[in-house]
Parts: sequence; structure tokens; C-alpha cells
Amino acid sequence: MKELHERIRRLEDKVARVLVYVALIVALIPLFSVLFEVFKRGVGVINLDFFTKPTPAVGEVGGGVANAIQGTLITIGLASLIAVPIGIVTGIFLSEYSDSKLSSIVRSFNELLNGIPSIVIGLFAYMLIATRVGFSVTAASFALALIMIPIVSRATEEALKLVPATIREAAIALGMPKWKTTIFVALRIARRAVATGVLLAVARIAGESAPVLVTMGYWKWWFAGFDRPVANLALNIFLFAKSPFENWIALAWGSALILVAMILGINVVVRLLMRERSP
Amino acid sequence: MTSAYKIEVENLNAWYGSNHVLVDINMKIKDRAVTAIMGPSGCGKTTFIRCLNRMHELVPRARVTGKVVFDGVDIYDDNVDPTWVRRRIGMVFQKPNPFPILSVYDNVAFGPRIHGIRDRKLLDKIVRQSLEMAGLWEEVKNDLRRPASALSGGQQQRLCIARALALEPEVILMDEPTSHLDPISAAKVEMLIRKLAERYTIVIVTHNMQQAARVSDYVAFFYMGKLVEYGPTKEVFERPRNELTERYITGKIS
Repeated sequence: MKELHERIRRLEDKVARVLVYVALIVALIPLFSVLFEVFKRGVGVINLDFFTKPTPAVGEVGGGVANAIQGTLITIGLASLIAVPIGIVTGIFLSEYSDSKLSSIVRSFNELLNGIPSIVIGLFAYMLIATRVGFSVTAASFALALIMIPIVSRATEEALKLVPATIREAAIALGMPKWKTTIFVALRIARRAVATGVLLAVARIAGESAPVLVTMGYWKWWFAGFDRPVANLALNIFLFAKSPFENWIALAWGSALILVAMILGINVVVRLLMRERSP
Repeated sequence: MTSAYKIEVENLNAWYGSNHVLVDINMKIKDRAVTAIMGPSGCGKTTFIRCLNRMHELVPRARVTGKVVFDGVDIYDDNVDPTWVRRRIGMVFQKPNPFPILSVYDNVAFGPRIHGIRDRKLLDKIVRQSLEMAGLWEEVKNDLRRPASALSGGQQQRLCIARALALEPEVILMDEPTSHLDPISAAKVEMLIRKLAERYTIVIVTHNMQQAARVSDYVAFFYMGKLVEYGPTKEVFERPRNELTERYITGKIS
């Protein structure tokens, strides 16, 4: 009798273990097949031309995505220029004045903004900017900035809250005004964590396509001003992949590969930053 | 204006929210002497010294009424800048709190720098003098660039004292400055306090009676937010006038 119980118990343990491993593999298959497929199909087009030449004309052989890399960097750069200061200031407000009514309202709005589908944000930026300036880098960056702000401010708030009150008091007791203490002492100590938040926000918007599509559209040429559109890696994938040209389809895979590599790279940097953070 | 008293506290009351933690404190603190604030946990000792350099008001929902007259100026007067008060009345905290990412040098130079001193030579001089006064110079002079977090606990506390001294304050408030230190480091800090009393007015919170007896000239006994007894240390310890004080000194309440 006792032996039977023992056997059933062991069997149950085995079954449970097998199920867990199966679930794990099922969960990992999509991730690895995406990475594998992107790598397999993308790596073939990656060469010097790919990084130095712009979108090829229809029927032209070769070509590259240099214009899309340039465009993506410019768009992300402008978005960061808008979102990082606003996000950090909002984060400072949320952490330093956390007991005020306004801050709980701001915090809820922040979370709401974080939850809005990016296409809706794109639509908003379209209405507000693209209808006036036209489809443009400005409109796209504005949309992407709206996506970044809640991420940056959240990270800043969390980072500042981790700075011990005793350190702030040390500065205040030396006659430093509170606002200066926040910026020059607390923010300085928290700078890695803030940088991490900014990088995560950049990684998030680097792959955004919907809001870019609504605000800037597709563009095959180099950057020509902030009131004009510019090429974009995420949109390259979308438009190249739909095209009937083999050449363009290959470039779509190449674009996908460097986009994935870029985001992975940012994540690695984030991990390193987190690890180096002093205990 | 010269007076034997550096700080005169008049009808001081303090609250955290609705919690009335200090009740009608009246106390005159002697210049160039060590005044110890004693009393059981929660009696308002720390709150009291935090009212003397306007640190109390930094806590959300904290409130103060009454006067703290420092060299003839009520520090709670509307046109007094709290940063001016804190510059002249320095503070050393319970737990050593040097700026961890800054070097020993930059920790000491922090105060002078935020008040506009940029001259390299002058800063060097201030840093050296402050560290010497805090008895830390010999231990750190060869590597002023090392991060403050690399020092031992006792060294960190003396660094915090040097950091406060660098502003040449007139009063130094100390909140149980030795409670996180080992006995040897604590003894060093106590000797330092005696030495500093030659030039500064020192108010030290302690719940260690032996320490109060060793370092202070005057002692104030707080109980449940009230000042129960205040007088020369020897008198208070030998002939306490209040029964509560006596029971505290003899260890019947703690």
C-alpha cells in the first residue's frame, strides 16, 4: 500500500516536471524561430552597400538601407530630445512631491498614456502636427516622444525614490536648497537608473511602426529637413516585405535584422548599467 | 551682540501631523559649550535639534511654532532663509552619511562649493583644516581622491564632521553621532567633541548617559516631549531636582 503511494507520488513529480519543460520549450520556440528566421534571411544582404547606400530604385540591383538608418536615428534623436527632459522633470515632480494631489493625478495620466495604443498616439500627432506641418520627422518624433515620456518619468521617479533620505538630508543640512539637492545630489546618484529608463524607452520606440506610418509615411530618400518625411527601418520592413521585388524583400529582412540587433544591443547595455550600479 | 547664550528657544512646539511631539520648550543654550540632550526613545530629542536648524519642516505635514533665537535672530522669522540657518548651524547625523559617489576631498569641499567658493587653493586649505580639526587628516591625506564609501564607519562619521566644519558654522548639532560606531571610533569622536567645544557651540543628542556625563557641560532631560530638567551636567547627575530625571539616571526608566 505504502509502496503504491510512493510510486504515484514519484510519477506525479515526473509528469509535472515534463509538463514544465514542455511549456518552457513551447514558450521559447516562437522567440528562437523569429530570431533564427530573421538572422538566416537577413544576414545575406548585410554588406558594406547595405549600410552605405539608400533604397534602390525599382528594378535596380543591390542598394541598402543607409537612408532608413539615418532616418531612424534622427527620428529617435528628436523624440528623445523632446521626451527625455519632459520625462525626467515629470519623474522628479512625481518623486519629490509625491504626497501632493496633483502628483497622483499626473501619475494616473502617465499610466493612462502608457496604456494608449501607439496607433492612437500616432493619430493624435497626425491631427496636431501632420495636418499643419505635413507628414514629417517632426510629427513622427512628437508621436514617439509621447510614447517615451511615461517610460522615462516612471524610471526617474523610481530611481529617485531609491536615493536614501539621509543623503539628501546631508546636502540640505549644508545649506543646499531642496531643488538643488534633488538635481545635483539625488539625480546624480540615480543617474544610471535614469539612463537605463531612457534606453528602455529608446528601445521601445525604435521598433514602433504604427505611429510613424500615420505621421510620416513611407519615404525612400535621405533626410531633407524636419518638415519632411524621412525613411525609417520599421516602415522599411512593412513596405519592402509587401513589394513584389525580391531585392526589396531581402532588404526587409536585413532591416529586421539590424533593428533586432539594435534593440538587443540596447538591452545588453541596460543590463550592464544595472549590474554596475553600486549596491 | 555678544551673549553667553548662542541659542534661545522660546515656547517651541512641534508636530508631525496631529502628533504633538514637543511641548512648550524654553531653553537657553550656552556658547562654546557642549549641551547634551538626553531622554528615552521617542521623547522628542531628535525633533528638538532638527528644529534648531529648520530640518524638522522638511518632513511632510510637520509643523513648528515658537521662537528659536540664534544670535538675536529668530530663525523662524518670515524673512530668514532656511539655507542661511543651515549654513551657520551645522549638523551631524546618527548614521554616517557621506556622499557615497564623491571622494573624501569633494565631500569636505561640498559645502564651501555650494556657497560659491571656487578658488582651488582656498578649497585645498579648507579641506585640510577641516580634516585636521576632525582628526581624520593623517588617515586620509595620502589619498584624498578615494571615494568616501571606502572609509570605515568611524572615519565616515569624522568625515561628516569635517564636512560640517568646512562651512565654519557657529553651532554644530549632533544626533547620536556615535550610536553606529564601534567603541574605539566612538571614543575618538567623543574626544573630538570636547576639542570642538573650544570653538563651537555643540548640541548633542544621546541616549547614553555615560557619554552625556563624559562630553557635556550642560545636560537637558526630555521626557514625553517636555523639557523636564536642564542644568550643568554635574549638578543634574549628582543632584537631580526632578524625580523623573532621577529615575532615568538610575536606570528605572529607559
